[in-house]
This record gives sequence, structure tokens and C-alpha cells, in this order.
Amino acid sequence: MTPAAAFLLGVRALLPMLLGVAPFGVIYGVVALQSGIPALAAFLMSSLVFAGSAQFLLAQLVGAGAPALLSIGAVGLINLRHALYSASVAPVLHVLPRRWKLLLAYLLTDEAYAAAIPHLLAAPKSPMAHWILFGSGFALWAGWQLSTLTGVLIGAQLPSDLGLDFALPLTFIAIVVPLIDSRARLIAALTAGAAALLLVALPYKTGLFAAALSGMGAGALAQGRKKR
Amino acid sequence: MNWLPLWIACGVLTFAIRYSFIALEGRYRPPGWFIRWLPFVPIAALTALVAPEVLLVAGKLSLGIDNPRLWAALVAIFVATVWRNTLLTIASGFVALGLLRWLV
Repeated sequence: MTPAAAFLLGVRALLPMLLGVAPFGVIYGVVALQSGIPALAAFLMSSLVFAGSAQFLLAQLVGAGAPALLSIGAVGLINLRHALYSASVAPVLHVLPRRWKLLLAYLLTDEAYAAAIPHLLAAPKSPMAHWILFGSGFALWAGWQLSTLTGVLIGAQLPSDLGLDFALPLTFIAIVVPLIDSRARLIAALTAGAAALLLVALPYKTGLFAAALSGMGAGALAQGRKKR
Repeated sequence: MNWLPLWIACGVLTFAIRYSFIALEGRYRPPGWFIRWLPFVPIAALTALVAPEVLLVAGKLSLGIDNPRLWAALVAIFVATVWRNTLLTIASGFVALGLLRWLV
């Protein structure tokens, strides 16, 4: 595989998710302006922070006059789950020069990780693996910049019941289901899903992080039992 | 409002979280349990993202026919199990959602 082919593979894996991400980005732009954030600041947040749900929260906290330290802490908590993605892709990126690691860490979102991980798992030793992750990361980044810019410039409310945001859970389902090929993995999925429902009330989406950890633990436990 | 330093601080923190294990790889060896837990990251994290999206309506568990996303998601899970095709799975979910909204 050439770098260009790997890059396009990553882009293609991400494209369906843009159906859901683009309306979300437009709405972010509108919400940020309504919170009293200047248009330029609202748009620049998309490249400086580059994290969907954290940007919504930050815009709302700033609009409500929250202290800076609280806002920073909240953004950190919301993005904590990305540490798991970091650990997951670290072995694949280990041999790369630092500039690649910096770039791919900046682009490491839920969507880019989800789109690239089936390909990385299929060929972790592939010398082109980082191009796939770059393709997914870049496609999401470009889509996010364009859609938030649209929201900031046009500011119009999209009809919110088109249901396009359903593209994200559907794409995650399409990615996760084929990965469930053992009892331990099924247990990991069911535990994480159930825990996410139970912990949904925890502040700043920390329930997501805790749910992911409990699913991982349950899966490892189930696998360990089988081996013994 | 002094937004630029706040955006930069939030951006640096977000980046540090995403860079953390990528930077540490090879210099620090995580404990054995963590290494055994790692293969379950994609399944556990993505399922944790999906479950509340399809099972909760306005923060409450909703298993009835008045939650078309749940039934559309089940159709998508079935299609993904049988055909393992991303676009087909997404399309089936949207078609099911559209039909359910039209019928119910």
C-alpha cells in the first residue's frame, strides 16, 4: 500500500461520520455565538482545542462566567477517555519520528480513532498504519473546521430533528460489532454499555471514562478465566 | 473576556491527554493488568459512547416503541453481525429509523 492509498483508506473510513459531525459542528458555532463568544474566538477554538463535546461545554461555561480553572478542569475531565485511545495506538506509532507522534496525537479524537482502529488491528505492523490514522484524523479535522465555520458565519438554526446525528452511533455500531469475535469481547461490550447507562449522571462525561475502564476490566477478567 | 489564553490552556491539556501514552511508549512500561486491558479499548470505549445515545431519551432509559433509535440500532446491529459492511449497516439504521418514525 502506498501512503496515498493508506491516507484515502483512513479518509473513506471516516466519511460516513461526517454526516453526524457536520450538523454538530454547525450547532456548536451557533451555541458559541449565543454564549457571547466572538465569532473569531468561536472558530479558533475548533483548531486550538479541537474536541467536540468539550467545546460545547467550554462555550457554555465561558458564557456563564465560570472561573478559568474550573473550565480547564472540566475540559480535561471530558477528554480523559482520549488517554485510552493514546494507550491503544501507542505501540503502532512507537517507531515514528516525533513530528508524526505530535501530529497524530493532536488529531486523536473519538471518530478518528474509531475509523482507523479496525485497520490498525488488522495490520499493526504495517509501515503505512500511521497514514490511515492521519487520513481519518485529517478528514475529521477538516470537516469540523468547515462545519463550525459555517455555524459561526451563517448562525442559522438547522432543523434539529433530521436525525443526521444518528450517523455517529450507527458508524460506531458498524465498527464495534465485527470486532466482537469472542466471549470476552462480548462481555467487555455489554459491561461498558451497561456501565455507561448507570454512570450517565456523573458530571463532565466522566461516566464514559469509568464505563470504558469497567468494560476493559470485565473483558480482561473473562479472558483470564478462560485461559486458566 | 480573555479567551485566547483559556483556549490555549484547554488545547494544551487536551493535547497532553492525547499525547500521554504515545509519548511514554518505550520509556515506561505500564503494569501488566493495564496491558491486558488495552485490547478492549475500542470495544469498551465505543460501546460506552453508543449505549446512552440509543437507550436514553432525555436522560431516561426508554425501551418502548416510542424510542425508534433503539429499534433502528438493533436493526443495524443485526445487519452488522450478518454482513459486516459499514455502509450497509449505516444505511439500514437510517432506513429503519425513517420507517419507524413514519409508522409510529
